Amino acid sequence: MAHGIFLFFTTFLASGVEAVEALTIVLVRGWRSTLIGVGVAGLVLGVVVAVLGPALRLIPIGTLRLVVGALLLVFGLQWLRKAILRSSGYKALHDENAAFREEQEAAASATRVERAGMDWYSFTIAFKGVLLEGLEVVFIVVTFGAAQGRLPLAAAAAVAAVLAVAIVGVLVRAPLERVPENTIKFAVGLALTTFGIFWGGEGAGVSWPGSDLAILAILAFLAVVSFVLVRQLRRERIAALPAEAGA
Amino acid sequence: MRHVRAFGAFWWDFIVGDDWVVAAGVAAGLGLTAFLANRDIAAWWVLPLAVVAVLVVSLRRATRS
Repeated sequence: MAHGIFLFFTTFLASGVEAVEALTIVLVRGWRSTLIGVGVAGLVLGVVVAVLGPALRLIPIGTLRLVVGALLLVFGLQWLRKAILRSSGYKALHDENAAFREEQEAAASATRVERAGMDWYSFTIAFKGVLLEGLEVVFIVVTFGAAQGRLPLAAAAAVAAVLAVAIVGVLVRAPLERVPENTIKFAVGLALTTFGIFWGGEGAGVSWPGSDLAILAILAFLAVVSFVLVRQLRRERIAALPAEAGA
Repeated sequence: MRHVRAFGAFWWDFIVGDDWVVAAGVAAGLGLTAFLANRDIAAWWVLPLAVVAVLVVSLRRATRS
């Protein structure tokens, strides 16, 4: 039960935050060609899930958990690393309004290509944006779902998140800059890394002390380590400021 | 050939990301865990420590670049 709740919220948050970034790209131009681009990209991602999901079930559970653990660790650590760099001020926070303006400038300078009633620039931007942002989510959904044997639950969480972001996006017709993206990415990074350690360890032959309870211990350990790293990096950055200003 | 290279570059970027140290550290951590576990040595502590080491090294590289 606890695994299922964890699985649902992690895939929901990961999908939601990527959908917010995709929405910013999608909002740049008119709706018709953009929506077709989104639809086609969604279809491609759906096919990837439909093909990869059942294929992963053919792999023995030990090997699957080792591979899934490795992938979740790599993805989770990338999310966590960026979130720590942003929280400590070494990397700028992701600004959906700024991203929206950049996309608008790029769209304004692009040549308008219309064939068969389609604006192909809008189609391509929407298709590429949704496909690239969605591919990472697909990997998270498929690996997370397959390792627990709950692919439909993981897929449902992802679809629910995308629908929620799409509905809000249609209502406000603006980038969702108030979504606390870095906090969400921090939480997703912690969850992915936690499950990566747990499943990767199991796949490599580890027996975790306390069995499933070890997940909570790993999560707490990683949260404390991340908190300490953010504080340490923030302190170092502030300490380096006068030296930089004086140089 | 250009397409193959672009395809490879996409997957390298997708899996390895901004810092190759993360992927290498994960592979080394899992390898050491499997090595110890297969010899009936308690290895549950390896991955949590490997993750901390990878994070610290990767963050140091990022802040110093």
